[in-house]
Amino acid sequence: MVDTAIGREPIAPAEAGEVELYHPHSWITKYVFSQDAKIIAIQYSLTAMAIGLVALVLSWLTRWQLAFPGTLSFIDPSQYLQYITMHGMIMVVYLLTALFLGGFGNYLIPLMVGARDMAFPYLNMLSYWTYLLAVLVLVASFFVPGGPTGAGWTLYPPQSILPGTPGYEWGIILMLASLIIFIIGFTMGGLNYVVTVLQGRARGMTLMRMPLTIWGIFTATVLALLAFPALFVGAVMMLFDRVLGTSFFMPSLVSMGEQLQYGGGSPILFQHLFWFFGHPEVYIVALPAFGIVSDLISTHARRNIFGYRMMVWAIVAIGVLSFVVWAHHMYVSGMNPWFGFFFATTTLIIAIPTAIKVYNWVLTLWHGDIHLTIPMLFALAFIVTFVNGGLTGLFLGNVVVDVPLSDTMFVVAHFHMVMGVAPIFVIFGALYHWYPKVTGRMLNEWLGQLHFWVTFIGAYAIFFPMHYLGLLGMPRRYHEIGQTSFVPESAQNLNVFITIAALTVGAVQLVFLFNLFWSLRYGRASGGNPWRATTLEWQTPETPPPHGNWGKELPVVYRWAYDYNVPGAKEDFLPQNQPPDWGTG
Amino acid sequence: MDLCATGSAAFPGSTDRRFDAYLQLQAEVDGMPIVLALVLIAVGSVLFHFLSPWWWTPIASNWGYIDTTLIITFWITGTVFVAVVLFTAYCVYRFRHGTAERPHYEPENKKLEWTLTIATAVGVVAMLAPGLFVWRQFVTVPDEATDVEIVGQQWGWSFRLPGGDGRLGTSDIRHITAENPLGLNPNDARAKDDVVIASDDLHLMIGKPVKVLLRSTDVLHNFYVPEFRGKMDMVPGSVTYFWLTPTRTGTFDILCAELCGVGHPQMRGAVVVEDKASYEAWLGKQQTFAEATQRLKTTKTDSTPDGSSARN
Ligand code: HEM
Ligand SMILES: [Cu+2]
Ligand SMILES: [Cu+2]
Repeated sequence: MVDTAIGREPIAPAEAGEVELYHPHSWITKYVFSQDAKIIAIQYSLTAMAIGLVALVLSWLTRWQLAFPGTLSFIDPSQYLQYITMHGMIMVVYLLTALFLGGFGNYLIPLMVGARDMAFPYLNMLSYWTYLLAVLVLVASFFVPGGPTGAGWTLYPPQSILPGTPGYEWGIILMLASLIIFIIGFTMGGLNYVVTVLQGRARGMTLMRMPLTIWGIFTATVLALLAFPALFVGAVMMLFDRVLGTSFFMPSLVSMGEQLQYGGGSPILFQHLFWFFGHPEVYIVALPAFGIVSDLISTHARRNIFGYRMMVWAIVAIGVLSFVVWAHHMYVSGMNPWFGFFFATTTLIIAIPTAIKVYNWVLTLWHGDIHLTIPMLFALAFIVTFVNGGLTGLFLGNVVVDVPLSDTMFVVAHFHMVMGVAPIFVIFGALYHWYPKVTGRMLNEWLGQLHFWVTFIGAYAIFFPMHYLGLLGMPRRYHEIGQTSFVPESAQNLNVFITIAALTVGAVQLVFLFNLFWSLRYGRASGGNPWRATTLEWQTPETPPPHGNWGKELPVVYRWAYDYNVPGAKEDFLPQNQPPDWGTG
Repeated sequence: MDLCATGSAAFPGSTDRRFDAYLQLQAEVDGMPIVLALVLIAVGSVLFHFLSPWWWTPIASNWGYIDTTLIITFWITGTVFVAVVLFTAYCVYRFRHGTAERPHYEPENKKLEWTLTIATAVGVVAMLAPGLFVWRQFVTVPDEATDVEIVGQQWGWSFRLPGGDGRLGTSDIRHITAENPLGLNPNDARAKDDVVIASDDLHLMIGKPVKVLLRSTDVLHNFYVPEFRGKMDMVPGSVTYFWLTPTRTGTFDILCAELCGVGHPQMRGAVVVEDKASYEAWLGKQQTFAEATQRLKTTKTDSTPDGSSARN
């Protein structure tokens, strides 16, 4: 049965006239202190990728140490901890969050909802510059005495602010300061994204006609606005503990043989604050990826996304549920163990809407006309890695199964698969997909194939076997396992294999970076809508779209975002702004 | 084929047909490699699981239930993984461009969607129910369990067993000194007979349930013995716990599983599980808190190195 009720409501008349945009005149206001969401998006993306490269290099060093302990003389235990801490924090916050929301959010929201720009362009500009400041403060911590913090990306006190942990002198202070600045910057951007989606949509773009990309980014932004404050207060309180000697998170203790003046605080309180942010953070990264991959699959399989309404409700349900599962990261933290019943139940419930999304992606492929473009290949790779990582989440969420696995390499493998590799695949797919809109040129196909194959097979080869190191009992955050009675010698061979895979995958990312710059000049011209996609950003009068996006007239939206191969239509796609009488036969 | 010199030329997107050639090229990308890769990943993962030599170490505690739940979870999730990946491979194979009829326009299919939702819910319950059942046992300490205190300090382990009174005495961070590294309360009569083991392995009796009381004097640590399956953080300022019954004799590594600074990977200890006779022989050789402090005092004041008189 074809349900034609979806996205076919009549168009309301415009409620108010358009307001003239502020137009920049100088080069500086156009490209540096720009208020154009598209330029800000590019600034966000380039900054995120630059700092992400640092995190990538750090992962090579840690992997090298794990495979060939002691061969790089400058990696001592402190350095190792500093590397993984900075690697983890950069990847999660400064790369993924910034790239999905600041990068893709800024570029796609106004274009996909049919707006000329974000609701508050000036605030949007401040958001980027604040983010850049946060990155610079973070980078500065590599150069202060004692180096960056090595407290782990979770920054658990008391350890994070006491001697015995590298970077307790200055590194941790800069880390906390940087996070605080990041959150301030994010809040400015986030309010913009939410208001623009709610208030800036073109005529006819009802909420239930929005592309899933926008639903994903929108919901993720709401989550972030609600979750980051928990990290914010946690960071401020810890900064006070470190600098002013308060005891929010500090019980009385003896550090390095010395009685400290702290007393009465609770280390577990910090963990609650951290994970009240940290779990939604997983979805802040995952929901935009869910949304984007839905659109990639639909466009490149030339078929409507299957179960659109379910997809929207699943995104919303996951968003809501993500606030009541945080303590699944704390099953063995020493909190009251009876909480385990509640958090295991909520955590496994979240698997249901998540599974629905997976089914609907695959069912979109079913009876499609699948074009195996690079974006489609990355979308398929996303399905594999996301399903894999999601399923191992059922181990860790199911409280008692988590007990032996918690804090082992199984956890490291799980979260890399589900929130490292899978969202990164979506980012790659999305970059190949939207690059033509941003630059007017296609990325090189051959380099893309090389990049895809090595990254896909390589990343799976890194992280799938890693689960078994955890199953063996190998704890995480160990620069070497040393002598044990339970880890066989052969495990070291596996470590070497994983490292070789990691270095190969790392190297091929340089090919991708090269492609990004090379194609800017030498890429094949793409035209405005090379993928014959339905969503509004592909219908702009000019490519790349200029400031203001739409030329004289804003688009009017007549249909949902997924009219591919509509029975009776002449073309295999109907853009969202095509009036109903066009081509529908 | 450079069709236009500048990247910013205006193309009215929806009606522009000049780039169909490009799409054609994309469409000709062979679908078979990715189909094969997907099949290989599904099959390869299963083979790796069954054939690789890396698997958990044999259990030495009563928590075999945890292993069982883990195996159930492996079966359910493994089946789903293989099914989804193989079905995806099939879709790509069957519906790749050039082989398929026109795609079906089918925005929704309520019946299919609900069937899948309910099937998923059933699978989730099949994992959660045994999980919670076992968790209930994990958090319910049997009455006959004896207390054993385990203390983490950067970067080593100490242990304390209750003395003849069967109860551990109180302790406080403020009592910690070089002579009293665990901070036992010197004024508490119950603490006096506690057995303090500062530089030896922990011994446990096979078949005897123990409640491990976990304490830290500085930062977070985590008491982890892979063979026992259990683990729990040690948090300064509070006492955490879990319980277990050792079921196999032998010497097992104690590792720290919560980052506690640079010495974290080196924070090792050992626990020896043995039969009743050997356990009691070992226990008999240990010192009580009162004896240990007494001995330290004598060695200090008398300057005679012979503190052995305090040993029993
Ligand atoms: C090929 C790419 C990558 C490799 C080879 C890699 C490797 C590693 C390694 C070796 C560790 C330390 C494990 C340990 O000793 O505990 C680690 C930790 C971590 N990684 Fe990655 N990683 C990669 C990509 C990513 C991505 C994309 C993310 C984004 C989510 C990420 C997030 C993290 C986090 C959060 C940690 C934990 C840090 C901590 O323990 O505090 N990684 N990674
Ligand atoms: Cu979580
Ligand atoms: Cu530790």
